[in-house]
Amino acid sequence: MNTPKPSMSLTKPEAFDLSIKQKISTAIGLLGLIILILAAFNVHFPYKPVVLTLSLVMISAGVILFANDLYLGKHAGIKNDGVMFKSVSSRGIWAWLTGIALTAFYIILYFKATWLGLGQNGAENTGLVALFDPLSNIISGSKASQWFVYGVLYTIAILAFGYKFLLKYRHNRYERLRTYSVMFFQLAFAFLIPEFMARLNSDSFSLPYYDLKNIWPLNYYNFEQYRVNSFIDAGDIGLALLIFGIVSIFVITPILTYKYGKRWYCSWVCGCGGLAETSGDPFRHLSDKRQFAWKIERWVVHSVVVFVVLMTTAVVHSYLGDDQTKYWLTKQTFLISVAAILTLVFVLVMVFKRAQLAKDAKYGAIGYFVIIMVLFAMHYFNGTQLFLFKTETLRQSYGFLIGSIFSGVIGTGFYPIFGNRVWCRFGCPMAAILGFQQRLFSRFRITTNGGQCISCGNCSTYCEMGIDVRAYAQKGENIVRSSCVGCGICSAVCPRGVLKLENDSLKGRIDSNEILLGNDVDLMDLVNQK
Amino acid sequence: MEHVVIIGNGISGVTLARHIRKLSNKKITIISAETEYFFSRTALMYVYMGHMTFEHTKPYEDWFWKKNRIELKQAYVTSVNTASKTLHFSEGNTITYDKLVIATGSKPNKFGWPGQDLDGVQGLYSKQDLDRLEQNAPNNEVCKRAVVVGGGLIGIELVEMLNSRNIPVTFLVRESSFWNSVLPEGESEMINRHIKSHGIDLRLSSNLKEIKSDTNGHVSAVIIEETGEELACDLVGLTAGVTPNIDFLKDSEIETGKGVKVNRFLETNIKDVYAIGDCAEQQETVGNRRPIEAVWYTGRMMGETLAQTLCGNKMPYNPGHWFNSAKFMDIEYQTYGWVFNEKGQPDYEQHFHWKHKDDDKCITIAYRKDNNAFLGINTFGIRMKHDVFDKWLTEHRTLDYVISHLKNANFDPEFYSQYDDQIKAAYSNTLQTA
Ligand SMILES: Cc1cc2nc3c(=O)[nH]c(=O)nc-3n(C[C@H](O)[C@H](O)[C@H](O)COP(=O)(O)OP(=O)(O)OC[C@H]3O[C@@H](n4cnc5c(N)ncnc54)[C@H](O)[C@@H]3O)c2cc1C
Ligand code: SF4
Ligand code: SF4
Repeated sequence: MNTPKPSMSLTKPEAFDLSIKQKISTAIGLLGLIILILAAFNVHFPYKPVVLTLSLVMISAGVILFANDLYLGKHAGIKNDGVMFKSVSSRGIWAWLTGIALTAFYIILYFKATWLGLGQNGAENTGLVALFDPLSNIISGSKASQWFVYGVLYTIAILAFGYKFLLKYRHNRYERLRTYSVMFFQLAFAFLIPEFMARLNSDSFSLPYYDLKNIWPLNYYNFEQYRVNSFIDAGDIGLALLIFGIVSIFVITPILTYKYGKRWYCSWVCGCGGLAETSGDPFRHLSDKRQFAWKIERWVVHSVVVFVVLMTTAVVHSYLGDDQTKYWLTKQTFLISVAAILTLVFVLVMVFKRAQLAKDAKYGAIGYFVIIMVLFAMHYFNGTQLFLFKTETLRQSYGFLIGSIFSGVIGTGFYPIFGNRVWCRFGCPMAAILGFQQRLFSRFRITTNGGQCISCGNCSTYCEMGIDVRAYAQKGENIVRSSCVGCGICSAVCPRGVLKLENDSLKGRIDSNEILLGNDVDLMDLVNQK
Repeated sequence: MEHVVIIGNGISGVTLARHIRKLSNKKITIISAETEYFFSRTALMYVYMGHMTFEHTKPYEDWFWKKNRIELKQAYVTSVNTASKTLHFSEGNTITYDKLVIATGSKPNKFGWPGQDLDGVQGLYSKQDLDRLEQNAPNNEVCKRAVVVGGGLIGIELVEMLNSRNIPVTFLVRESSFWNSVLPEGESEMINRHIKSHGIDLRLSSNLKEIKSDTNGHVSAVIIEETGEELACDLVGLTAGVTPNIDFLKDSEIETGKGVKVNRFLETNIKDVYAIGDCAEQQETVGNRRPIEAVWYTGRMMGETLAQTLCGNKMPYNPGHWFNSAKFMDIEYQTYGWVFNEKGQPDYEQHFHWKHKDDDKCITIAYRKDNNAFLGINTFGIRMKHDVFDKWLTEHRTLDYVISHLKNANFDPEFYSQYDDQIKAAYSNTLQTA
């Protein structure tokens, strides 16, 4: 269901064909990319700084000129004309080509960085990575790595496509502000600050690369031994960062999510969300809207949460000591506190929010809770063996399966096929935790406007999280869904002004009016009787 | 088990079926000739414009019907025999019912224009019309110019659709200003300007005289009544309103006027036969409401009400305060309560009008001259909350109250500019000058 009709031909004349200017802009951008590809194939460029600048400017200029031509001559307003016909946004040939290229890039990036020219064991960089050396030198004072290359391209993607999104939604202040926000957080927090921090490093002082807005469990490696060690070795600043890492998930996140819903993170701050909302915007309608997909989503994403909690616990546990006199936090205290926190959350939810949990969510919670407890018990009683698996295996498989394959290769590589939020919806443990809170304990909701809904389905079509918004709107029901990232696009595209994202009191947040305003009051009462 | 047969799988028929299923175990059959599954007619335009696929217009997944034991039959009913409670299909077979509900919607008006049945002349109502449009006007090479006849809500949608494919459009509007049979002057003129700013060739006070044909029976041009001008075109869209789609009832015992006549209980003159939605004509109307209201939510409400009656809780159709909404290209429009245009206005009605300097937002509030009671509001480019205005209308609030509390009714997305201060200022100005 809901598959656009792709146009598989490259030449078919379409009413929504690219204009000449758009074709030229695309060509400019692609040329910029080709320079990078040539570099990757070890074509030698003299004047590296010039060539790199030229390439990056051409890529950005391509996107910017394209956007100007596409949107500037037109009235401000909803700009979805032709989305379902254009090859790249309707799973046509261009979509597949883009998807394959992106996927290949991610695979090379994660597993074959030497192909990009990364110098191994202190050797000089060559190829593409070497092309980025001068830039890396300027910013952090050291030579580039594949991650630096990726960081630059990622940031440019968010900035350039962010510009495009800003033009597309220039009539909508909510969309504009949150786009400025993700552009800022990517440029400053994800890219510049960590690189500048690297400048502070010396032989005696070294901080791990830290994107401050990248919170555990999205940043699943934050509490690994090498990082924690270097945080601690770096003295007060390091310790402050480590504490910040813990506070951000246990204090800051719950407070902000309570006040604003998970959108404060997912569509205002997060880098994955930032890319999805900018470069990924042309693909948002490709998300699967079937109820079946929703079922899968709940199972998969919650399994990832269990996985990451177990993995992190095991990892931290593995490097803690047993001797309380050496360090207050021992293996045992740690495990007990994890179990205590989980139990506390579990009990609170079951006592106060059980009524709001759908049946299967409850089963899921009970099931997972039991699994976690069983694993803990196993460990606790036999002491030497680390859970069922070796910690290292657990850590590596998480990094490989979730960190690389799911979030990168599938999550981003498959934008043009599965939509732009596949990772955020099915894979991100951070989103699942925020979502859990959003569903049960947050002021955020999408309110509906009485009887104005005409069931047209624009909202559901453009919901990147695959939420069937219309199903709620046409019944006049608030939308309170754990997966909603608060992008606000459903509200923007609604032609009848039915939807509004709001933070309001908890009372009456989840209402299920089966009947809408417009009819006389007696009938409303009657049908709402259960 | 009682068998309820519903003709028409539009919003009214489908809502009825869903609510009957909630309330009872009756056997339910929905018949429609148009499509196998329920889709949103209101979204047809978005399919042509490429915002959505046809698949997206279906509010329920295909498994929904079976799961809820609602039988679907795709067939055309040619006649109804109420004596034997039998429906006859075009394919010759029949079906019998215990209760019959007619929910057959509307069809586009044709006023007997010469050439109205030529190839390339079409209305915009059904899925078939959409398919036909895709044939007739896939792009601006096949369709070098289109003429849309009739300046109503569907007309402006068709104009926007064709414009999205860069097809030059001439928009023939009989009235002296767009939709001014409903809208007050200031609003209607603002929309005129908006339409023109999209490059549409808007012709006001212009009637269609004749549609001319080429040698293959395809439209080649239209002639305008007032000026005699001949406009070459490849498509003529007829969007001059709709009428109930009830021709197949001509030979039945069921009483019809413009639509199927029903009382407040949505019953026809024949026992066990009911009518809802666009095709129902109320013999006794509620308030200022018209006997036939071809809008989405009234169909839905009739379905909800009739489900109660059919499931043993007899209930009159009793719509609350009037409201509606539409979108004119980029400008959203909402209305709550009654705001009449200058011609249709009752003596006691007066207006307060405010327009933003950008010429894309305005409001008109109607109130009673004698006691300042709030009667209704039209808003353009500003979203308002339905339940707030519904409450204010019920509570008989005054104009002053509404103006000073306008903020509470705002429904625009977060961070949008608010205009209530400007509106208040404009209001106190009019008080001073008056
Ligand atoms: C392009 C367009 C845009 C619109 N936009 C809006 C809007 O924005 N807001 C709004 O409020 N309203 C809008 N409307 C009006 C709204 O769609 C209608 O009021 C509503 O669809 C009527 O629903 P219904 O259930 O009465 O009938 P319909 O939806 O017309 O359904 C009737 C069904 O019965 C079938 N049928 C008829 N006769 C027979 C027969 N003899 N045998 C078998 N089947 C038969 C028809 O083929 C049709 O499928 C719009 C209408 C159109 C055409
Ligand atoms: S909420 Fe708006 S976009 Fe969604 S179905 Fe209703 S009218 Fe359409
Ligand atoms: S429901 Fe609306 S705001 Fe939430 S993710 Fe979907 S489109 Fe965005």
